Amino acid sequence: MTAWTESVAPDRSMQRSRSSSLATFDRTFRIASYACALFVLLVLFGIVAAMVYGGWPVFREFGFAGFLASSTWDVNNDQYGAWPAIAGTLTSAAIALVIGVPISLGIAIFLTQLSPGWLKQPVSTAVELLAAVPSIIYGMWGLFVLAPLVARYVQTPLNEVVEGLPVVGTVLYSRVPSGTGIATAGVILAVMIIPFIASIARDILDQIPTVLRESAYGMGCTTWEVVRYVLFPQAGVSIIGAIMLGLGRALGETMAVTFVVGNANRLSGSIFDPGSTIASRIANEFNEALGLQMNALLALGCVLFFVTFSVLILARLLVARVEVH
Amino acid sequence: MAIGTSTDPIQGAAVPWRRVRPQREIADRMLKALCTVFTGLGVLVLGWILAMLIWEGVSALSPDIFTRTMPGPGSEGGGLANAIVGSVILTVLGIAVATPIGVLAGTYLAEYGRASKLASVIRFINDVLLSAPSILIGLFVYTIMVQPLGGYSGWAGGVALAIISLPVIVRTTEDMLRLVPTSLREAAAAMGAPQAHVITGISWRAARAGIITGILLAVARIAGETAPLLFTALNNSFWFSPSLLGGVSNLPVTIFQFALSPYANWQQLAWAGALIITAAILGLSLFARYLLKRGSR
Repeated sequence: MTAWTESVAPDRSMQRSRSSSLATFDRTFRIASYACALFVLLVLFGIVAAMVYGGWPVFREFGFAGFLASSTWDVNNDQYGAWPAIAGTLTSAAIALVIGVPISLGIAIFLTQLSPGWLKQPVSTAVELLAAVPSIIYGMWGLFVLAPLVARYVQTPLNEVVEGLPVVGTVLYSRVPSGTGIATAGVILAVMIIPFIASIARDILDQIPTVLRESAYGMGCTTWEVVRYVLFPQAGVSIIGAIMLGLGRALGETMAVTFVVGNANRLSGSIFDPGSTIASRIANEFNEALGLQMNALLALGCVLFFVTFSVLILARLLVARVEVH
Repeated sequence: MAIGTSTDPIQGAAVPWRRVRPQREIADRMLKALCTVFTGLGVLVLGWILAMLIWEGVSALSPDIFTRTMPGPGSEGGGLANAIVGSVILTVLGIAVATPIGVLAGTYLAEYGRASKLASVIRFINDVLLSAPSILIGLFVYTIMVQPLGGYSGWAGGVALAIISLPVIVRTTEDMLRLVPTSLREAAAAMGAPQAHVITGISWRAARAGIITGILLAVARIAGETAPLLFTALNNSFWFSPSLLGGVSNLPVTIFQFALSPYANWQQLAWAGALIITAAILGLSLFARYLLKRGSR
């Protein structure tokens, strides 16, 4: 640190050149860090621009609404519609939330309220490691372990029960009980979003002042009543934010879904039939795509961008609101 | 609060002292049981995945994996040497690009921008990018690098991985710099140090361990990324060119292609690759976690 204390420097010219080089460094450093921070913004705008620019020919050709609503995806005749992929994305994400949310909240409650002290750390680490496992490994687990189980113990028995029934006979009936399909993708997505939602929800519950909890227990409340009437009302909005962060991840997840979704281009009425999501469609077709098909895939990317980013932005706003309290 | 209604004193008097109404007890027991079961389920899935990887992967491991290149379709033997080296190069490239930018951007947020409007916007955008779908980053880099340059390249793959790791590094750098006490900065500033020197000499030095942890976490994040590499570095069955132009072999895409292939030895290699990559990533995350905990003590 002594270098900058200018007390004993006999040569004034040297001193001046030194202080001017200090000033230069100071300015350069400030500008460099400012530029790098702006680069983060630039990345976001770059992504938006690339997607909109790439998808533009398709939106012009079929119209924005026409592209979203059409169900034909015919590469030979250059007809592209996003609806089967959008429906697959939404359905699988919805299944993921239905399965994943109760489990994640259960884990968060266990970690913050029920767990004995010695168990807390190992379980927390396990949950966080689950989030670090690459998505391709989940894909392999889904394809080689989960899909055969789903085919054997879910689809086959379920087919016998629901066959011929109205509505359920369509939604839950699988023509080919192969184990791959939208529902299996939803289960894999549930497993993948659980660690996210659980660890954020745990942090949120941990932030609630202990006094609140203790006073409720002191009144004779059971754990259920503390959770239901004290913790959740306190954490409410940000728990929804945490769930939406999980939803954002489920909507955009690619590799794991590509393994198990079946990659069919048609729209099926059943959640057990093969389908595709926006991300899996892009992953499957992009490398062989030419001309308008590539634009159509970029247009799908554009749709995915706006959907996930709206969800993520809303999620961050909801989570952030509680941190202020 | 609604608690008052559930502990109705008159009803409470009807049951013996120190006992809870049955409905309340059942609800409570059910919550506890469900939460415990769900937690067990979460841990079980992790164990299941690890067991699957070890079961299938260990039998496929052999010295050949690290010394020989990927086998052609239908041919026996072979290894993953080119894929492993390619993955290491791409990851190092990504981190090398992202680290200076990320650390400086994090520094801006923590030291210069602080509570300013621009800083809070950047902070928010960065948090959103943190969970952005990685396939979109792949498409983005395809449009800005692969298409204009006329071909897949390791450089494009490195840039895609850099964009994915950038928000992680920005976030951890900012968080770690914020933990540095202001009094340290004030002491240095009072000695006449310009702000840039305060930051590099005091703040960075104090937060060094945390920033390095952030970089390790970023490595763990990008090492297994597949989707962004599909459209940028693609893959290569042979040794890639040292200029990194053309497809560069890498583990994640190889695992993806081999796992879905009809050849038994390719599937074996996919399992071996999956075991290697997961062991590396989980080991790295545990190490980063350990560093973080040791630092905070």
